[in-house]
Amino acid sequence: MRVGEIFTAGILALLSIYLMWKSTELPIGYISGTGPGGGAWPFWLAAIMLGSCCWTAVNWWRGQTPASQSDEPVLDSYGWRTLFFVGGGIIGFVTLISIISMYGAIAVFLFYYLWFLGRHSLWFSMTMSLVAPVALFFFFEGAMRITMPSGMPFTDPVFNFLYDIIY
Amino acid sequence: MEVLSLLGDGMLLSLQPLNLTMILIGVTVGLFIGAMPGLGSVNGVAILLPITFLVPPNSAIIFLAAIYYGAMYGGAVSSITLGIPGASTAVATTFDGRPLARQGRASLALVTAALASFVGGTVANVLFTLFAPLLASVALSFGPPEVFALMLLAFATFVGLGGDDIPKTIFSICFGLVLGAVGFDQISGAPRLVLFEYNGFLQGIGFLVLAIGVYGIGEMLWTIEQTRGDVTATTPKMTIKGMAADTKEAAKKGWKGTAIGSFLGFFVGVLPAAGATPGSLMSYGVAKMVSRNPDEFGKGSVDGVAAPEAANNSASTGSMLPMLTLGIPGSPTTAILLGGMVIWGLVPGPRLFVDEQEFVWGLIGSFYISNVAALLINLAFIPVFIWMLRMPFTILAPVIFVLSITGGYAATRDMFDIWLMVGFGIGAFFLRKFDYPLAPAVLAIVLGPIAEPTLRQSLLLSSGDPAIFFTRPVAGPITVIALILIFLPLFKALRRMRAKAKEPAS
Repeated sequence: MRVGEIFTAGILALLSIYLMWKSTELPIGYISGTGPGGGAWPFWLAAIMLGSCCWTAVNWWRGQTPASQSDEPVLDSYGWRTLFFVGGGIIGFVTLISIISMYGAIAVFLFYYLWFLGRHSLWFSMTMSLVAPVALFFFFEGAMRITMPSGMPFTDPVFNFLYDIIY
Repeated sequence: MEVLSLLGDGMLLSLQPLNLTMILIGVTVGLFIGAMPGLGSVNGVAILLPITFLVPPNSAIIFLAAIYYGAMYGGAVSSITLGIPGASTAVATTFDGRPLARQGRASLALVTAALASFVGGTVANVLFTLFAPLLASVALSFGPPEVFALMLLAFATFVGLGGDDIPKTIFSICFGLVLGAVGFDQISGAPRLVLFEYNGFLQGIGFLVLAIGVYGIGEMLWTIEQTRGDVTATTPKMTIKGMAADTKEAAKKGWKGTAIGSFLGFFVGVLPAAGATPGSLMSYGVAKMVSRNPDEFGKGSVDGVAAPEAANNSASTGSMLPMLTLGIPGSPTTAILLGGMVIWGLVPGPRLFVDEQEFVWGLIGSFYISNVAALLINLAFIPVFIWMLRMPFTILAPVIFVLSITGGYAATRDMFDIWLMVGFGIGAFFLRKFDYPLAPAVLAIVLGPIAEPTLRQSLLLSSGDPAIFFTRPVAGPITVIALILIFLPLFKALRRMRAKAKEPAS
C-alpha cells in the first residue's frame, strides 16, 4: 500500500500537469473586455490538483496516511482475480454491445456472471439471461422510445421481428 | 383570505375525477421512472408530453407535475437500494441511504426518504402559495456574483464531506470541476480540454457518466473485493409494525435534516439556473455541520437521508416558481413544462396569475394532492423495493452492472460515454483503495458548469476585481461564510500537525 499510494499520487500529479498543459490551448489570463480566458478555470484548478498531490506526497513521506504506514499489497491474489473476472466481464460486455447489440451483450454477460461466477444452476442462468434482455427491450424500445445499439447487421432479423411486435 | 379561497378552488379542481386519475397515474409512472438509474423526471415528462394533448391544459400540466413529483420520490429508491444515484438530485441520498441499506435498514431509509420528501414538498407548497410573487422578485435580484457565491458555499460543504484527508478531498473537488470543463468553452465556444485528441470529449463529460462509473461499477468492484464475494446477506423484512416503528424513528432522528432541507432546498430551487441538485447537497452539508453527531454522516445517518430528500422535493416545487411567475425555467424538467404551456397557448409570466387564475391555482392545488398521493403510493411500494434487496448478491451484482450500462447509455446515447464510465469505475476502485473521497468529484461535476460562467461573468462585470464577491449585500456574506467553511478544516489540520510536532519535544 505504501508504494501504491505514492505511485498513485505520482500518476495523478502527471495527469494534473497534462491538464494544465492542455488548458493552455486557450488563454489562461485575464483578457481586457472579455474577462478570464477560456483556459483559466481548468488551468488553475489543475494547478490546485498538482498542489494537492504534492501535499499528499509530503503526508506520505511523514507517514501520516493509513496507506503510507501499511505494508499490505494493494491487491492480493483474490483482488486481482476479482478485477480480472468481474472487471474483465464488464469490459467484455461493453465490447460485445457493438457486435451482438445491447440486448445480446446483456444476455451473454448475465449468463457469464450467473452461471460462471455466481455458480447458479444452468436452468436459472439461462432463464434470466433470456428474460431480462427481452423485458429491457420492451421497456426501453417500447415504453421509453429509447433505441439501444443493435450491433452488426446480422442481428437485423431478430430486431425486425421484435420491432414488428412493438409497432 | 383570497389566497386560501383560490387555493380551495384549485384543490377542488385537481380532485375532479379526470385530474385525480392523472395525478395517480402520473405519480406512479414518475416513481418507477425515477427509480430507474439513468432515467429521471426529465425523461418521463419529455416522453409523456405528447400524451397530454389528448386532455385539457389543466389536466395536462397536473399530469406532468405529478410525474415530476413521483420521479423526485423515486430518485431515492435507486440511491438506497442499488447505491446508484439515478439523477443528480439523489446523489447526496446515496451517502447515507446506501450504508443504511447495507446494515439491513433499507426500510428505515426508504420511509425516511418518503416522509422527508412529503414534508419538503408540503413546506415548499405553503411557501409557494403564500409568497410566490415576492420570492420571484428576490430570485431575480440574484446576479452572477450571488449565484457564484452560492456555488462557493456548496463547494465549502464538500470539504466537510470529504473526511480527514484534506489534500485528497481538494484533489477530488478540483478533478470533478475540471471534468465539468471538458468539451467547449461556454463563453467563447472554442473546443477545450479535448483529452488525448479524442473527439468524444468534445461533447463533454456528463454527470451520469461519472456517477454511474463511480457508484455503479467502482463501488460494486470494491464491495466484491472487500467482502471476498461473500456479501453479508441482510434480509430486510417489511411489516406494518416495522413500518410504523421506522416512521417513528425517522420522525425522531430525521426532523432536523428534514427542516433544513425543506427551507434551504426551496430557496435554492427558486433561483433560476440553480435547481434541486445544489439545494440537496447544500442541505446535506448544512445538516452535517449542525448535527450533534457529524461522525455518523456517511455511515448511515437518518438526518443524512432526510436532508437531501426534503431538499430535492422542496426545490422541485421551488423551481416551478420562476417558471410560472417569470417564464424562466429553473431546471431541465421545468423547461419542458414551459414548452408544454406555450404549446397549450398559455404565456408564463407575471400576467399568468391574473389572466389564467383557474389554471395556476389548479396547478398549485394539484401540488398538494400530488404530494399526498406520492407519499401513499411510495409507502405502498416500499415492500417491493425491499424485496429487491433480498436477492442473493450474485444475482443483484450483475443486475446492477446491467442497469448501470443500460441506464448510462439511455442518458447519453453514446458508446464513448459507456467506455468512459467503465474507465471511471475501475479508476474509482483504485482511488478508493488509497482513501480518495469520490463523492466531492461527482458533486463538483454537476456544479462546475454553473460556477464557471457565473465566476467569469462576475469578473467581467467588475473588470477583473474579485472584490465584487465581498462588496455586494447578498453575495458578500455568503462568500465570507463559504471561505470560513473552506479554511476551517485547513486550520484545524494545521493545528493538529503543530500539536503532533510539539509532542516529542514535550
